[in-house]
Amino acid sequence: MSRNLESRSSESQSSVLIDGRVAEDHWRNYCPIDHENLNDRKDGIIFPFEYWLENRSECLAYNGPKGVACKNTDDISQLKPYINELNLICIEFPIATDGRAYSQAHLLRQRHGYTNELRAVGEIEIDQLFLMTRCGINAFVFNEDIDLTQASKYLTPFSVSYQ
Amino acid sequence: MYLYSSNDQQLINERVDQFRDQTRRFLGGQLSAESYRSLRLMNGLYLQRHAPMLRVAIPYGLLSAKQLHKLADISTKYDKNYAHLTTRQNLQYNWLKLEEVPDLLSELAEVQMHGIQTSGSCIRNTTADHLAGVALGEIEDPRPYCEIIRQWSTLHPEFSFLPRKFKIAVTGSTHDRAATQVHDIGIQIVKPNDEIGFRIWVGGGLGRTPVIGKVIREFLPKENLLSYLEAILRIYNQEGRRDNKYKARIKILVNSLGIAKFTELVETEWQNLSADSPVLNKSTIKSMQDQFQLTYESIKDDLQVTSLEKDNFAFRLWFKQNTQEHKVRGYRIVTLSVKAPGEAPGDLTDHQMHGVANLASQFSLGQIRVSHEQNLILAEVKVSDLPSLWKALIQLDLATPNIGTLTDVICCPGLDFCSLANASSLSIADQINDQFDDIDYLHDLGEIKLKISGCMNACGHHHVGHIGILGVDKKGEEWYQITLGGSVESSASLGKIIGPAIAKGKVAKTIKIILNTYVSLRDPDETFLELVRRIGIKPFKEAVYV
Ligand code: SF4
Repeated sequence: MSRNLESRSSESQSSVLIDGRVAEDHWRNYCPIDHENLNDRKDGIIFPFEYWLENRSECLAYNGPKGVACKNTDDISQLKPYINELNLICIEFPIATDGRAYSQAHLLRQRHGYTNELRAVGEIEIDQLFLMTRCGINAFVFNEDIDLTQASKYLTPFSVSYQ
Repeated sequence: MYLYSSNDQQLINERVDQFRDQTRRFLGGQLSAESYRSLRLMNGLYLQRHAPMLRVAIPYGLLSAKQLHKLADISTKYDKNYAHLTTRQNLQYNWLKLEEVPDLLSELAEVQMHGIQTSGSCIRNTTADHLAGVALGEIEDPRPYCEIIRQWSTLHPEFSFLPRKFKIAVTGSTHDRAATQVHDIGIQIVKPNDEIGFRIWVGGGLGRTPVIGKVIREFLPKENLLSYLEAILRIYNQEGRRDNKYKARIKILVNSLGIAKFTELVETEWQNLSADSPVLNKSTIKSMQDQFQLTYESIKDDLQVTSLEKDNFAFRLWFKQNTQEHKVRGYRIVTLSVKAPGEAPGDLTDHQMHGVANLASQFSLGQIRVSHEQNLILAEVKVSDLPSLWKALIQLDLATPNIGTLTDVICCPGLDFCSLANASSLSIADQINDQFDDIDYLHDLGEIKLKISGCMNACGHHHVGHIGILGVDKKGEEWYQITLGGSVESSASLGKIIGPAIAKGKVAKTIKIILNTYVSLRDPDETFLELVRRIGIKPFKEAVYV
């Protein structure tokens, strides 16, 4: 079952598979409803895409690492002006068979020159890690509690490719 | 023909390993049925009414003798000694055991074959004119481009989870035998002046909402083929509907935006493509073309066909109906009818497959083709070999002289095999074969394309049959809707429904009435399709529903 971005509790500690290794996830989601004071924080914060666009100066002024969480219907070309300010972009796979985020990943990497962490969240199946990696996604957070070391073995089922 | 490089081979070997692991996890309960579903579909595996069905890709319809022997062996070892040719140049096995499919795939990989992307919401097997490379007046052989597209689309990282399936067809002749106008993308090789390039069609398709495609680009230079496909696919991947699978094909997107708007989106995307997007340079094209070159003998004395089997009427009939002129002097194209009376259209036994493979080695430069009309073709036969070939084909029951006639039926598997079917289609083909068993009468009727589908999904392409038959379910009973005037050749058109559906037992009789109407109203030399186009469906309707 898919859980959307917001439902990840903002304080829970979880793991992420990044560049083939298992790491602790230090990022947390910003909650626009609480409208928390950002001045006293320095940790990595992920802003929702729309919030980022509407409050760009406030977000840009934040001192810690900055991330944006996109839905697969968001027009990611709007992030182009901030591509060098962002340390993390999350793209979402609401269900495993919805392939729109693959195009977003490709465009972020190839057209908009984004080079920092590109993270897939949502319904991620280990059999899709390979395709996601080839579109430029380098970090994965799974909905389900799975063995990430085991999952990392599925990153490269193919040693050759055509594209 | 194209032979795999070591990279090609490695990729399909690794694909087999991957699928073996996926199947093991599914059978061991670690992978849910739903997760496994999209994975197995992408490898051509369906869980059908009776048993798992596997669809094997025959890229652009071309097979070597060795490959056909292997397909036969597989049908003996894993299936019930036969296989079925589909309308999209694929081959299907109907009676498999799930746990054996990985082994089957690894045997296929030994002969450079696979089931990759023969199903699922991805770019499917690219099809081509079945007379590619041998047809008279062809501008260029489409198969090198099909192979280029095959490679580009195989395990494409961005386009493996599209809104819906995506089919591409390529033709190199002005006479379109590849049905390009009813594909998601149709590619026609054109030569408007000195330069050869492509005319690109988009948004055609059959199924529930049949649509003839529209031209999105009149002329595309060769080197831009893949980048243009990429632009179309990216717009489709992002904009195509995903909320309703019946509205998810690209034809719906093109229709709802309008072709002008859709074209604008694609052209803008294409202009924006980054420098890394694929460019086809001349040397890539040339080396691919070289792989499809064949060496023919130069045959000087023009053997007169009339001197062969001089008084043999049956041979002459077969020659006229089942063979065609070849671009090279002294050669002939031979179509093997996989539509013998009493047999399911498109079904081949292991014995027949081995037999044809041997004949291909002996008479046709070791190559066999499959057509979307569900027949086999030996395209490189010397005229002087025709009598021997004909005799051998009779032994194999593949010489019925009915190519292009009413009984050269295109037919989907229907209720007998397909879990989506509303009605049986094979039994209708059977009924028609029984009703029309007089070969002289069939020849007098001339070219008639009869196409049968067992449900709205239209795998039998009934919309584009000169006569189309669609199975429908009426309160648990099988009924059949008849359309007239469809065609998929150069000026494609969709058939029109003549009236309420017909009861199962009356289908062949109804076809008979339609044909009697044709015979009585036709001008000399007027084909069935021409007559329907001239006079419309009304006279037929009146004759059927008196
Ligand atoms: S047309 Fe319908 S019944 Fe026939 S094969 Fe396709 S899905 Fe099955």
